Amino acid sequence: MLSGNQLQALLEGTWITVQVFVFAAILGTVLSLIFGVMGLSESRLLRAISRTYVEVARGASAIVLLIWAAFALPILLGIPQVIGPLLAGIIALGINMGGYGAEVVRGGILSVPRGQTEASIALNLNAGDRLRHVILPQAVVLMVPPYGNLNIEVMKGTSLVALIALADLTFEAQNLRVQAGGGVFEDPPSTAAIFGTALVIYFILSQLIALFYRWVEGRVGGRWHGART
Amino acid sequence: MRVVVAQASQRGVWDWDFALEILPDIVRGLWQTVQATLLGITIGMILGLVLALLRRSGVRLISWPTAAVIEFIRGTPLLVQLFFIFFVLPSFGITIGAFASLVIGLGIHYAAYTSESYRAGIENVVRGQWEASVALNLPPATTWTRIILPQAIPTVIPALGNYLVAMFKDAPLGAGISAGGVLLVANSIRSQTLRGVEPYTVMGILFLVVSVPAALFVRYLERKYGYERT
Repeated sequence: MLSGNQLQALLEGTWITVQVFVFAAILGTVLSLIFGVMGLSESRLLRAISRTYVEVARGASAIVLLIWAAFALPILLGIPQVIGPLLAGIIALGINMGGYGAEVVRGGILSVPRGQTEASIALNLNAGDRLRHVILPQAVVLMVPPYGNLNIEVMKGTSLVALIALADLTFEAQNLRVQAGGGVFEDPPSTAAIFGTALVIYFILSQLIALFYRWVEGRVGGRWHGART
Repeated sequence: MRVVVAQASQRGVWDWDFALEILPDIVRGLWQTVQATLLGITIGMILGLVLALLRRSGVRLISWPTAAVIEFIRGTPLLVQLFFIFFVLPSFGITIGAFASLVIGLGIHYAAYTSESYRAGIENVVRGQWEASVALNLPPATTWTRIILPQAIPTVIPALGNYLVAMFKDAPLGAGISAGGVLLVANSIRSQTLRGVEPYTVMGILFLVVSVPAALFVRYLERKYGYERT
């Protein structure tokens, strides 16, 4: 079994995992909104920019983006001391999430009936107000379930930062395995106990995220119900 | 792998000669990644169907644990699952090589996802087909293999295509257990030459060259065959 110190190491790693997830999700959400709305712009140029971002952010894969952000980007920009593993992880996972999230936002907005847009134009709302007060509140209801799933994928994706030596839950588990194998502890835990515990912690995190978004779904759905057609 | 010797850091930030020099090795690594993906999706497609059928079982002692296993696999990271297969199973007397661990890990992870698509496909077969099979007195095995699955599986194919592309994007994780593939090759070039910019950039571009057209092709198939995302 795991000793107190070993469990504590895993929990400290979990805290890093949570931080990477939260900041990546914030960056990913901002990018999703920007590029999702841009993808529906009337300007062909803006649509092309959004399309390119979505294809590259998704196509490059989280792991390739992460490694590139950690080991190539800082040197290309000449700022290796600024972009550490934590920042590289947040940037890469956030950009990757934004690619998927932009499609969620675009899909949500597209599914709001056209009459809502037409009515807002008839009421003389400008494009910004139309989006903020009429379209997005209704689109959000449809976006919540896929957005929640995307959050779980991002949380699972944070485990990749272990490969760029950021001491997250996966990294700590690997570390404990190496230490146990080297006989550092008097009572080495089995590798099954180490990785089993890590898997259970990840599972609890993903269930918490799922619960949270189910709660949000209930609230948002109830609040805007009257506005849907 | 061929050893690439380079006078590190005396060159600029980006060295074209070096990038061209390592290109063949990285292409070979990418080919390994593609192979792992193709083998992995084969397991994922077969195991996923088995999981979907077990989950639909009328016996709760079978369907509930299956549902729990699917939920657990979907709720935990592939990388940790790979570590589990590669480092934990040997203590139970099951030793699997790194590449085989990657293929099995990809297969099991994505089986949990494909099983949900199969389930949706099976549930979309109209009720009348089941009723007609009962009326014709077909045994359950015949009903499944000749009536239900032939109608369910074609509707699942586009979803499987999406998982193929998704799996390709996850396959470089095999580097975490030294399982070969594009990332492991790029990593070893970096550790031998102390230059990371060229191998990782070449890897990224080649990766996009494969994954973006593949994703576009799957989406084209989706539209062509009128599949609706659920």
